Amino acid sequence: MGRAVSDDTWRLWLHGVARDRVAVTVAGVGDAPVRAVSAAGLCAYVSPAPADVSGAGELRAHLEDPAWVARTAFEHHRVVAELAAAGPVVPAGLATVYRDDTRLAATLERHAAGLTGALDRVAGRTEWGVKGYVRSEPPAAAPATTAGGPGAAYLERRRAELNARERRHDEAVRDADAVHAALARRADAVHLHAPQDRRLTGDPEVMVLNGAYLVQDTRAEAFAAAVRSLGATYPGISLRLTGPWPPYSFVPAIDTKEADPADPSGGGLAYAGEVP
Amino acid sequence: MNGAHSREIALVDLLDRVLSTGVVIAGDVTIAIADVDLVRVSLRALVCSVSTVSPDPVLAADAVLAEDPVRAAGPGLPAVPGGGP
Repeated sequence: MGRAVSDDTWRLWLHGVARDRVAVTVAGVGDAPVRAVSAAGLCAYVSPAPADVSGAGELRAHLEDPAWVARTAFEHHRVVAELAAAGPVVPAGLATVYRDDTRLAATLERHAAGLTGALDRVAGRTEWGVKGYVRSEPPAAAPATTAGGPGAAYLERRRAELNARERRHDEAVRDADAVHAALARRADAVHLHAPQDRRLTGDPEVMVLNGAYLVQDTRAEAFAAAVRSLGATYPGISLRLTGPWPPYSFVPAIDTKEADPADPSGGGLAYAGEVP
Repeated sequence: MNGAHSREIALVDLLDRVLSTGVVIAGDVTIAIADVDLVRVSLRALVCSVSTVSPDPVLAADAVLAEDPVRAAGPGLPAVPGGGP
């Protein structure tokens, strides 16, 4: 990867694409106002790209700045969340930027069919996240053996702990597969994110499931009930439901790469989500 | 989306979604922030800076399931406000 960026600067920061015009009340990145750019029967919601991210080098540097990433992700998300509350939306990934209205409108024209199809697929549906963790257990009682002295007893105890932890992990992984399969049957599409590192979550337990599920709104309560019931059914895993989310995990990346015969991935809309 | 949900979301969950593949597709250009490494580097830095600033962040929003055991929040990411409408 690491393709260099060709020319110049960009001015628009894309939040998402919807079919209808929505009065957005929240501010976009850098607290700038949000407006719509219309083309091909679609509305793209943009805010002015902050002056200090108008080039790829600057953007790259910012993405190394944790405070910037956190702030910008939130500023981006609040717009997407408001759009999603108003109707179907194709959320843009963080830092989807365009040079100007003309270039953005051309993108909408070129990808109109794909975007419209994506809007149809997410209409009346909501993304829910389900995270599963190895369930913690109280430490096992120390074995009674003292035959080899305190050092040997310690080693044996330690080995027993490690074995128990490994067993719990294996059990949780198996349970995660079963839980995911059961939830997938209640979803129109699923996507597995990589389990989050404990250093990021701050959780003491290891994550073994980080799923996203696109669920019909009429079945949202049944889905939440299923998560609760699966948590009770599978003792090895502890489940947490997050959401509602805009359908971030189920829309194509909006990309204006021109189709390139040498690059099979070029030019299209790349989907992250999968049909179960 | 399902309305009437207004609670905090965990930043790490949001980043899973808005940075999904680790690649930032920047409309007019594909910036290969990719290889996930850069993003992970950012996140590691995030963890460090967050833990120094706020040693005991509240990880809200995940506690949707009533029977879920309460977790001691370690040095994790902060929650950001405004999860839903």
